[in-house]
Amino acid sequence: MPSLKDVKLQIAGVKKTKQITRAMGMVASAGLRGAQQRIERFRPYANKFNTMLSDLAARTEGADHALLENHEEKKNVLILLVTSDRGLCGAFNVNLINTALKLAKAKESEGKAVSFICVGRKGRDAVRKTGFQVLSAMTDVMGSLNFQVATTIGNTVSHNYTEYNADEVYLVYSEFVSMSRQVPTSMALLPVVPSEKEEDANAGIEYVYEPNVGVLLAELLPRYLNVQIYRGLLDNFASENAARMFAMNNATNNCDEMIGSLTLLYNKTRQTAITNELMDIVGGANALQSQ
Amino acid sequence: MAALRLEIVTPDQVVLSTDVDYVGAPGVDGEFGVLAGHIPLLTALSIGILVYRIGNKDYTAFIAGGFAEVADNKVSILAQAAELSENIDVERAEKAKARAEERLQLAKQQDGIDVVRAENAMKRALTRLRAAGK
Repeated sequence: MPSLKDVKLQIAGVKKTKQITRAMGMVASAGLRGAQQRIERFRPYANKFNTMLSDLAARTEGADHALLENHEEKKNVLILLVTSDRGLCGAFNVNLINTALKLAKAKESEGKAVSFICVGRKGRDAVRKTGFQVLSAMTDVMGSLNFQVATTIGNTVSHNYTEYNADEVYLVYSEFVSMSRQVPTSMALLPVVPSEKEEDANAGIEYVYEPNVGVLLAELLPRYLNVQIYRGLLDNFASENAARMFAMNNATNNCDEMIGSLTLLYNKTRQTAITNELMDIVGGANALQSQ
Repeated sequence: MAALRLEIVTPDQVVLSTDVDYVGAPGVDGEFGVLAGHIPLLTALSIGILVYRIGNKDYTAFIAGGFAEVADNKVSILAQAAELSENIDVERAEKAKARAEERLQLAKQQDGIDVVRAENAMKRALTRLRAAGK
Protein backbone atom coordinates (compact mmCIF):
# COMPACT_ATOMS: atom_id res chain seq x y z
CA MET A 1 0.00 0.00 0.00
CA PRO A 2 1.42 3.44 -0.92
CA SER A 3 1.93 5.93 1.83
CA LEU A 4 -0.54 8.75 2.37
CA LYS A 5 1.99 11.34 1.31
CA ASP A 6 2.74 9.58 -1.98
CA VAL A 7 -0.90 9.46 -2.97
CA LYS A 8 -1.35 13.09 -2.06
CA LEU A 9 1.57 14.08 -4.26
CA GLN A 10 0.24 12.00 -7.11
CA ILE A 11 -3.16 13.68 -6.92
CA ALA A 12 -1.51 17.10 -6.97
CA GLY A 13 0.50 16.05 -10.02
CA VAL A 14 -2.52 14.86 -11.97
CA LYS A 15 -4.36 18.07 -11.10
CA LYS A 16 -1.51 20.11 -12.56
CA THR A 17 -1.60 18.02 -15.74
CA LYS A 18 -5.31 18.54 -15.98
CA GLN A 19 -4.86 22.31 -15.76
CA ILE A 20 -2.45 22.18 -18.66
CA THR A 21 -4.55 19.92 -20.86
CA ARG A 22 -7.63 21.98 -20.19
CA ALA A 23 -5.86 25.21 -21.06
CA MET A 24 -4.48 23.69 -24.26
CA GLY A 25 -7.91 22.43 -25.17
CA MET A 26 -9.33 25.90 -24.74
CA VAL A 27 -6.57 27.48 -26.79
CA ALA A 28 -7.16 24.92 -29.55
CA SER A 29 -10.89 25.55 -29.60
CA ALA A 30 -10.30 29.29 -29.88
CA GLY A 31 -7.84 28.62 -32.69
CA LEU A 32 -10.30 26.33 -34.37
CA ARG A 33 -12.95 29.01 -34.41
CA GLY A 34 -10.56 31.43 -36.10
CA ALA A 35 -9.36 28.83 -38.58
CA GLN A 36 -12.87 27.80 -39.50
CA GLN A 37 -13.82 31.40 -40.12
CA ARG A 38 -10.84 31.85 -42.41
CA ILE A 39 -11.73 28.81 -44.48
CA GLU A 40 -15.27 30.02 -44.84
CA ARG A 41 -14.03 33.41 -45.97
CA PHE A 42 -11.56 31.91 -48.39
CA ARG A 43 -13.96 29.47 -50.05
CA PRO A 44 -15.83 32.01 -52.20
CA TYR A 45 -12.50 33.16 -53.63
CA ALA A 46 -11.20 29.65 -54.22
CA ASN A 47 -14.44 28.47 -55.83
CA LYS A 48 -14.70 31.50 -58.08
CA PHE A 49 -11.07 31.08 -59.00
CA ASN A 50 -11.45 27.44 -59.95
CA THR A 51 -14.47 28.07 -62.15
CA MET A 52 -12.64 30.94 -63.82
CA LEU A 53 -9.59 28.83 -64.56
CA SER A 54 -11.44 25.77 -65.79
CA ASP A 55 -13.61 28.00 -68.00
CA LEU A 56 -10.53 29.53 -69.46
CA ALA A 57 -8.60 26.30 -69.83
CA ALA A 58 -11.56 24.56 -71.46
CA ARG A 59 -11.94 27.34 -73.99
CA THR A 60 -8.30 27.46 -74.90
CA GLU A 61 -7.48 23.93 -75.93
CA GLY A 62 -3.84 23.28 -76.43
CA ALA A 63 -2.68 26.52 -74.89
CA ASP A 64 0.82 25.97 -73.74
CA HIS A 65 2.09 27.06 -70.42
CA ALA A 66 4.88 25.47 -68.42
CA LEU A 67 2.51 24.50 -65.63
CA LEU A 68 0.00 22.87 -67.97
CA GLU A 69 2.66 20.87 -69.72
CA ASN A 70 2.72 17.15 -69.08
CA HIS A 71 6.35 16.13 -68.81
CA GLU A 72 7.09 13.18 -71.04
CA GLU A 73 9.40 11.40 -68.69
CA LYS A 74 8.08 11.23 -65.16
CA LYS A 75 11.14 10.54 -63.06
CA ASN A 76 10.92 12.94 -60.18
CA VAL A 77 8.09 13.24 -57.74
CA LEU A 78 7.75 16.12 -55.32
CA ILE A 79 5.53 15.78 -52.29
CA LEU A 80 4.40 18.81 -50.37
CA LEU A 81 3.64 17.59 -46.86
CA VAL A 82 1.75 19.80 -44.45
CA THR A 83 1.81 18.92 -40.75
CA SER A 84 1.73 20.81 -37.46
CA ASP A 85 4.70 22.23 -35.61
CA ARG A 86 3.77 20.84 -32.24
CA GLY A 87 2.42 17.55 -31.05
CA LEU A 88 -0.23 16.79 -28.44
CA CYS A 89 -2.89 16.45 -31.08
CA GLY A 90 -3.51 12.72 -31.11
CA ALA A 91 -2.76 10.75 -34.23
CA PHE A 92 -3.03 13.83 -36.45
CA ASN A 93 0.59 14.07 -37.58
CA VAL A 94 1.19 10.31 -37.63
CA ASN A 95 -1.72 9.85 -40.02
CA LEU A 96 -0.45 12.57 -42.32
CA ILE A 97 3.11 11.28 -42.32
CA ASN A 98 1.96 7.73 -43.01
CA THR A 99 -0.15 8.90 -45.92
CA ALA A 100 2.77 10.79 -47.38
CA LEU A 101 5.27 7.98 -46.89
CA LYS A 102 2.91 5.45 -48.41
CA LEU A 103 2.61 7.64 -51.47
CA ALA A 104 6.37 8.14 -51.55
CA LYS A 105 7.07 4.40 -51.35
CA ALA A 106 4.52 3.65 -54.06
CA LYS A 107 6.21 6.17 -56.34
CA GLU A 108 9.64 4.88 -55.44
CA SER A 109 8.68 1.34 -56.37
CA GLU A 110 7.74 2.69 -59.80
CA GLY A 111 11.36 3.76 -60.10
CA LYS A 112 10.80 7.46 -59.48
CA ALA A 113 12.89 9.66 -57.26
CA VAL A 114 10.90 11.24 -54.46
CA SER A 115 11.71 14.46 -52.64
CA PHE A 116 9.78 16.47 -50.10
CA ILE A 117 8.89 20.01 -49.22
CA CYS A 118 7.68 20.12 -45.65
CA VAL A 119 5.54 22.65 -43.87
CA GLY A 120 5.54 22.03 -40.14
CA ARG A 121 8.22 20.68 -37.84
CA LYS A 122 6.70 17.25 -37.22
CA GLY A 123 6.60 16.29 -40.87
CA ARG A 124 10.08 17.58 -41.54
CA ASP A 125 11.61 15.58 -38.69
CA ALA A 126 9.79 12.41 -39.67
CA VAL A 127 10.77 12.64 -43.33
CA ARG A 128 14.40 13.35 -42.49
CA LYS A 129 14.54 10.16 -40.46
CA THR A 130 13.36 8.08 -43.42
CA GLY A 131 16.17 9.34 -45.63
CA PHE A 132 14.01 10.92 -48.33
CA GLN A 133 15.39 14.20 -49.55
CA VAL A 134 13.89 17.33 -48.02
CA LEU A 135 14.23 20.17 -50.52
CA SER A 136 13.01 22.83 -48.17
CA ALA A 137 11.12 23.07 -44.93
CA MET A 138 9.07 25.78 -43.34
CA THR A 139 8.26 25.80 -39.67
CA ASP A 140 6.27 28.10 -37.41
CA VAL A 141 4.20 29.52 -40.24
CA MET A 142 0.81 28.37 -39.00
CA GLY A 143 0.54 31.01 -36.30
CA SER A 144 0.76 33.84 -38.82
CA LEU A 145 -0.73 32.09 -41.80
CA ASN A 146 -1.46 34.34 -44.75
CA PHE A 147 -1.56 34.19 -48.50
CA GLN A 148 2.06 35.29 -48.69
CA VAL A 149 3.17 31.97 -47.18
CA ALA A 150 1.28 30.05 -49.85
CA THR A 151 2.80 32.28 -52.52
CA THR A 152 6.32 31.53 -51.29
CA ILE A 153 5.69 27.79 -51.35
CA GLY A 154 3.93 28.04 -54.70
CA ASN A 155 6.91 29.81 -56.22
CA THR A 156 9.29 27.11 -55.03
CA VAL A 157 7.04 24.40 -56.40
CA SER A 158 6.50 25.97 -59.81
CA HIS A 159 10.20 26.77 -60.06
CA ASN A 160 11.05 23.11 -59.50
CA TYR A 161 8.44 22.06 -62.02
CA THR A 162 9.50 24.37 -64.80
CA GLU A 163 13.15 23.47 -64.25
CA TYR A 164 12.25 19.79 -64.67
CA ASN A 165 13.37 18.97 -61.14
CA ALA A 166 9.90 17.66 -60.54
CA ASP A 167 7.53 15.98 -62.98
CA GLU A 168 4.66 15.33 -60.61
CA VAL A 169 3.72 17.33 -57.55
CA TYR A 170 1.42 16.13 -54.78
CA LEU A 171 0.01 17.95 -51.81
CA VAL A 172 -0.59 15.97 -48.64
CA TYR A 173 -2.69 17.71 -46.02
CA SER A 174 -5.52 17.02 -43.64
CA GLU A 175 -8.91 17.92 -44.98
CA PHE A 176 -11.22 19.46 -42.43
CA VAL A 177 -14.52 17.64 -42.82
CA SER A 178 -16.06 18.32 -39.45
CA MET A 179 -15.11 18.88 -35.82
CA SER A 180 -14.65 15.18 -35.23
CA ARG A 181 -13.44 14.12 -38.67
CA GLN A 182 -10.23 15.12 -40.38
CA VAL A 183 -9.10 13.13 -43.38
CA PRO A 184 -5.47 12.95 -44.49
CA THR A 185 -5.67 13.68 -48.20
CA SER A 186 -3.21 13.56 -51.03
CA MET A 187 -4.00 15.65 -54.05
CA ALA A 188 -2.20 16.00 -57.38
CA LEU A 189 -1.12 19.63 -57.78
CA LEU A 190 0.90 19.54 -60.99
CA PRO A 191 0.59 19.16 -63.87
CA VAL A 192 -2.63 21.14 -63.82
CA VAL A 193 -5.42 19.08 -65.27
CA PRO A 194 -8.26 21.28 -66.46
CA SER A 195 -11.49 19.84 -65.15
CA GLU A 196 -13.74 18.25 -67.73
CA LYS A 197 -16.02 20.85 -69.11
CA GLU A 198 -19.59 20.05 -68.28
CA GLU A 199 -22.25 21.51 -70.51
CA ASP A 200 -23.35 24.41 -68.38
CA ALA A 201 -25.41 27.47 -69.09
CA ASN A 202 -22.45 29.61 -70.18
CA ALA A 203 -21.18 27.06 -72.63
CA GLY A 204 -22.33 29.01 -75.63
CA ILE A 205 -21.02 32.38 -74.49
CA GLU A 206 -17.85 33.67 -76.09
CA TYR A 207 -15.70 35.65 -73.73
CA VAL A 208 -13.58 38.63 -74.59
CA TYR A 209 -10.13 38.22 -73.12
CA GLU A 210 -7.92 41.10 -72.17
CA PRO A 211 -5.02 41.40 -72.85
CA ASN A 212 -5.14 37.89 -74.39
CA VAL A 213 -5.54 34.26 -73.42
CA GLY A 214 -1.84 33.50 -73.12
CA VAL A 215 -1.13 36.38 -70.77
CA LEU A 216 -4.18 35.61 -68.69
CA LEU A 217 -3.20 31.96 -68.32
CA ALA A 218 0.31 32.96 -67.36
CA GLU A 219 -1.16 35.12 -64.62
CA LEU A 220 -3.82 32.70 -63.49
CA LEU A 221 -1.92 29.42 -63.37
CA PRO A 222 0.75 30.30 -60.80
CA ARG A 223 -1.91 31.87 -58.68
CA TYR A 224 -4.09 28.80 -59.06
CA LEU A 225 -1.25 26.83 -57.51
CA ASN A 226 -1.04 29.30 -54.63
CA VAL A 227 -4.77 29.13 -54.09
CA GLN A 228 -4.68 25.33 -53.87
CA ILE A 229 -1.76 25.43 -51.45
CA TYR A 230 -3.38 28.11 -49.33
CA ARG A 231 -6.55 26.07 -49.14
CA GLY A 232 -4.51 23.05 -48.04
CA LEU A 233 -2.78 25.10 -45.36
CA LEU A 234 -6.02 26.54 -44.04
CA ASP A 235 -7.71 23.15 -44.00
CA ASN A 236 -4.74 21.65 -42.26
CA PHE A 237 -4.64 24.38 -39.64
CA ALA A 238 -8.31 23.90 -38.81
CA SER A 239 -7.84 20.12 -38.67
CA GLU A 240 -4.85 20.47 -36.39
CA ASN A 241 -6.80 22.57 -33.94
CA ALA A 242 -9.79 20.25 -34.05
CA ALA A 243 -7.57 17.23 -33.46
CA ARG A 244 -5.79 18.94 -30.60
CA MET A 245 -9.03 20.04 -29.02
CA PHE A 246 -10.33 16.51 -29.19
CA ALA A 247 -7.13 15.00 -27.79
CA MET A 248 -6.94 17.52 -24.98
CA ASN A 249 -10.57 17.10 -23.99
CA ASN A 250 -9.98 13.37 -23.79
CA ALA A 251 -6.90 13.93 -21.67
CA THR A 252 -8.81 16.23 -19.35
CA ASN A 253 -11.52 13.62 -18.91
CA ASN A 254 -8.93 10.96 -18.18
CA CYS A 255 -7.38 13.25 -15.58
CA ASP A 256 -10.76 13.58 -13.89
CA GLU A 257 -11.13 9.83 -13.79
CA MET A 258 -7.66 9.40 -12.41
CA ILE A 259 -8.19 12.01 -9.73
CA GLY A 260 -11.37 10.20 -8.72
CA SER A 261 -9.71 6.82 -8.30
CA LEU A 262 -6.66 8.34 -6.58
CA THR A 263 -8.89 10.19 -4.13
CA LEU A 264 -10.63 6.92 -3.33
CA LEU A 265 -7.26 5.30 -2.73
CA TYR A 266 -6.22 8.21 -0.56
CA ASN A 267 -9.31 7.90 1.62
CA LYS A 268 -8.91 4.15 1.96
CA THR A 269 -5.25 4.52 2.91
CA ARG A 270 -6.12 7.17 5.45
CA GLN A 271 -8.87 4.99 6.94
CA THR A 272 -6.50 2.04 7.18
CA ALA A 273 -3.90 4.17 8.92
CA ILE A 274 -6.47 5.38 11.46
CA THR A 275 -7.75 1.87 12.08
CA ASN A 276 -4.22 0.59 12.60
CA GLU A 277 -3.46 3.37 15.06
CA LEU A 278 -6.67 2.72 16.96
CA MET A 279 -5.85 -0.97 17.19
CA ASP A 280 -2.44 -0.09 18.56
CA ILE A 281 -3.91 2.17 21.23
CA VAL A 282 -6.63 -0.31 22.18
CA GLY A 283 -4.09 -3.10 22.30
CA GLY A 284 -1.80 -0.99 24.50
CA ALA A 285 -4.66 -0.05 26.85
CA ASN A 286 -5.75 -3.68 27.14
CA ALA A 287 -2.23 -4.73 27.96
CA LEU A 288 -2.00 -2.10 30.72
CA GLN A 289 -5.37 -3.13 32.19
CA SER A 290 -4.57 -6.79 32.34
CA GLN A 291 -1.42 -6.16 34.42
CA MET B 1 -32.20 51.02 -61.56
CA ALA B 2 -29.70 48.58 -60.23
CA ALA B 3 -28.98 46.05 -62.93
CA LEU B 4 -25.44 44.89 -62.25
CA ARG B 5 -24.24 42.68 -59.48
CA LEU B 6 -20.79 43.58 -58.16
CA GLU B 7 -18.79 41.14 -56.08
CA ILE B 8 -15.32 41.80 -54.74
CA VAL B 9 -13.63 38.82 -53.11
CA THR B 10 -10.12 38.46 -51.72
CA PRO B 11 -8.44 35.43 -50.14
CA ASP B 12 -9.33 36.77 -46.71
CA GLN B 13 -12.94 37.80 -47.13
CA VAL B 14 -15.81 38.88 -49.34
CA VAL B 15 -15.24 42.63 -49.43
CA LEU B 16 -18.39 43.65 -51.20
CA SER B 17 -21.46 42.10 -52.73
CA THR B 18 -24.05 44.56 -53.88
CA ASP B 19 -26.24 45.77 -56.77
CA VAL B 20 -24.79 48.67 -58.71
CA ASP B 21 -25.48 50.66 -61.87
CA TYR B 22 -21.94 51.07 -63.15
CA VAL B 23 -18.48 49.70 -62.47
CA GLY B 24 -15.19 51.27 -63.56
CA ALA B 25 -12.21 48.98 -63.04
CA PRO B 26 -8.44 49.33 -63.54
CA GLY B 27 -7.59 46.76 -66.25
CA VAL B 28 -3.96 46.05 -67.16
CA ASP B 29 -4.53 47.74 -70.53
CA GLY B 30 -6.26 50.75 -69.06
CA GLU B 31 -9.47 51.45 -67.22
CA PHE B 32 -12.71 50.07 -68.49
CA GLY B 33 -16.33 50.67 -67.64
CA VAL B 34 -19.09 48.12 -67.32
CA LEU B 35 -22.79 48.83 -67.67
CA ALA B 36 -25.66 46.37 -67.70
CA GLY B 37 -25.65 44.20 -70.81
CA HIS B 38 -21.87 44.17 -71.17
CA ILE B 39 -20.45 41.30 -73.26
CA PRO B 40 -18.72 38.52 -71.30
CA LEU B 41 -15.19 39.56 -70.45
CA LEU B 42 -12.28 38.11 -68.57
CA THR B 43 -9.38 40.39 -67.80
CA ALA B 44 -6.44 40.94 -65.50
CA LEU B 45 -6.49 43.97 -63.23
CA SER B 46 -3.63 46.19 -62.17
CA ILE B 47 -3.20 48.07 -58.92
CA GLY B 48 -5.72 50.84 -58.97
CA ILE B 49 -9.02 52.29 -57.88
CA LEU B 50 -12.34 50.70 -58.65
CA VAL B 51 -15.35 52.96 -58.99
CA TYR B 52 -18.91 51.83 -58.64
CA ARG B 53 -22.10 53.83 -58.90
CA ILE B 54 -25.33 53.24 -57.07
CA GLY B 55 -28.04 55.69 -58.14
CA ASN B 56 -26.22 59.00 -58.54
CA LYS B 57 -23.57 58.35 -55.96
CA ASP B 58 -20.06 57.14 -56.72
CA TYR B 59 -18.12 54.94 -54.38
CA THR B 60 -14.51 53.86 -54.63
CA ALA B 61 -12.44 50.91 -53.53
CA PHE B 62 -8.76 50.05 -53.63
CA ILE B 63 -7.73 46.98 -55.66
CA ALA B 64 -4.24 45.49 -55.44
CA GLY B 65 -4.37 43.69 -58.77
CA GLY B 66 -6.25 40.54 -59.66
CA PHE B 67 -8.84 39.43 -62.17
CA ALA B 68 -12.28 40.51 -63.25
CA GLU B 69 -14.98 38.47 -64.89
CA VAL B 70 -18.05 39.98 -66.44
CA ALA B 71 -20.84 37.61 -67.38
CA ASP B 72 -24.58 37.64 -67.19
CA ASN B 73 -24.76 41.16 -65.68
CA LYS B 74 -22.47 40.10 -62.91
CA VAL B 75 -19.05 41.57 -62.25
CA SER B 76 -16.78 39.37 -60.14
CA ILE B 77 -13.53 40.87 -58.97
CA LEU B 78 -10.92 38.47 -57.62
CA ALA B 79 -8.33 40.67 -55.97
CA GLN B 80 -5.17 39.84 -54.06
CA ALA B 81 -6.24 42.54 -51.64
CA ALA B 82 -9.04 45.07 -51.71
CA GLU B 83 -10.52 47.63 -49.37
CA LEU B 84 -13.44 49.99 -49.63
CA SER B 85 -12.21 53.57 -49.48
CA GLU B 86 -13.77 54.27 -46.12
CA ASN B 87 -12.03 51.21 -44.63
CA ILE B 88 -8.51 52.04 -45.73
CA ASP B 89 -5.98 52.23 -42.94
CA VAL B 90 -4.37 55.56 -43.85
CA GLU B 91 -1.74 55.36 -41.15
CA ARG B 92 -0.58 51.97 -42.37
CA ALA B 93 -0.46 53.16 -45.97
CA GLU B 94 1.65 56.18 -44.93
CA LYS B 95 4.07 53.87 -43.17
CA ALA B 96 4.24 51.56 -46.18
CA LYS B 97 4.95 54.56 -48.38
CA ALA B 98 7.78 55.73 -46.14
CA ARG B 99 9.25 52.24 -46.07
CA ALA B 100 9.09 51.90 -49.85
CA GLU B 101 10.71 55.31 -50.30
CA GLU B 102 13.51 54.29 -48.00
CA ARG B 103 14.10 51.08 -49.90
CA LEU B 104 14.11 52.81 -53.25
CA GLN B 105 16.67 55.29 -51.92
CA LEU B 106 18.82 52.44 -50.67
CA ALA B 107 18.54 50.64 -53.98
CA LYS B 108 20.38 53.50 -55.67
CA GLN B 109 23.39 52.96 -53.44
CA GLN B 110 23.61 49.23 -53.10
CA ASP B 111 22.62 46.04 -54.87
CA GLY B 112 20.52 43.24 -53.55
CA ILE B 113 17.34 45.22 -53.10
CA ASP B 114 14.32 44.09 -55.04
CA VAL B 115 13.49 47.29 -56.87
CA VAL B 116 10.40 45.89 -58.61
CA ARG B 117 8.95 44.79 -55.31
CA ALA B 118 9.67 48.13 -53.68
CA GLU B 119 8.11 49.96 -56.61
CA ASN B 120 5.01 47.82 -56.39
CA ALA B 121 4.78 48.46 -52.68
CA MET B 122 5.12 52.16 -53.41
CA LYS B 123 2.38 52.02 -56.00
CA ARG B 124 0.06 50.20 -53.65
CA ALA B 125 0.67 52.67 -50.86
CA LEU B 126 0.13 55.71 -53.11
CA THR B 127 -3.01 54.23 -54.65
CA ARG B 128 -4.38 53.40 -51.22
CA LEU B 129 -3.84 56.97 -50.12
CA ARG B 130 -5.45 58.27 -53.28
CA ALA B 131 -8.44 55.98 -52.81
CA ALA B 132 -8.80 57.14 -49.24
CA GLY B 133 -8.87 60.72 -50.53
CA LYS B 134 -5.77 61.82 -48.63
